[in-house]
Amino acid sequence: MMNKVFSFLCLLLLSAKTQAQEPMAEQFRADGKIYVVLAVISIILLVFFIILFRLDRKIKKQEESLKS
Amino acid sequence: MKWLQTYWWKVLCVVLIFYTFWAGLLNDVPRLPILNESIRNLYFHVPMWFAMVGLLFMAFLYSIKYLSSKNIEYDIKAKSYTEIGFFMGLIGISTGSVWARFTWGAWWIDDPKLHGAAIGILIYLAYFILRNSSNNQTLIARFAAVYSIFAFVNFIIFIFILPRLTASLHPGNGGNPAFSQYDLDNNMRLVFYPAVLGFLILGIWLSSLLHRIHILQKKYDEQSL
Repeated sequence: MMNKVFSFLCLLLLSAKTQAQEPMAEQFRADGKIYVVLAVISIILLVFFIILFRLDRKIKKQEESLKS
Repeated sequence: MKWLQTYWWKVLCVVLIFYTFWAGLLNDVPRLPILNESIRNLYFHVPMWFAMVGLLFMAFLYSIKYLSSKNIEYDIKAKSYTEIGFFMGLIGISTGSVWARFTWGAWWIDDPKLHGAAIGILIYLAYFILRNSSNNQTLIARFAAVYSIFAFVNFIIFIFILPRLTASLHPGNGGNPAFSQYDLDNNMRLVFYPAVLGFLILGIWLSSLLHRIHILQKKYDEQSL
């Protein structure tokens, strides 16, 4: 009888554990801070790609001037 | 390679990278123990490595092309792809190390995949040392091309084949499940595949720019002679 009670309690405990949510960054998102992170990243990416496009155009100009 | 100088695929690259960051940080991800939010690294660390392997594979192909045709342009292409690929490999290893610090508890562990990646970095470091070892361009090109072929084959063995044959902590090797464990709801695949494409195209773009710079340098050197 005790065995049955014990195994039932174990099952209950285990199922409670699997239903527990893993901690994620909900509070961070609820505060809207994730958008700050994204804004920073977007600015960095934008500047990086502007530099890259300008470099591309500079090289193209050099190639054309060399061809002539 | 006229199409390499068009712009449409570069705009695509920009769109994909922005999408990767935005969707990567805002979308829902599976709630897994230990990883928590850091699972989002899957969108950055892994595509960096995939792009690197793609670029080094292009270098491998161009090395073969150079050996069969002796056209120095192919050698310069191989060199450009290897340079950018190596750079992405450094990013991949450092991002992996940071991820490891917070999930495995150490910056580096005694693991076959990590050692394989480190050996791969050293192999390609030796490639650059080989490249700078002489002034004779044709000799260097031939040595570098042969080395590049062996380097790539061995690199694939070190990072993909050997780690899967032994016990490893790194996901995807030694009995650990790889992506299939994480893509429980396919939501991650929606960001992961564009991320791989985006970083691969970025790598190709950077390599093509470097290649054009090398060609210009060569032409200027020839003109000044």
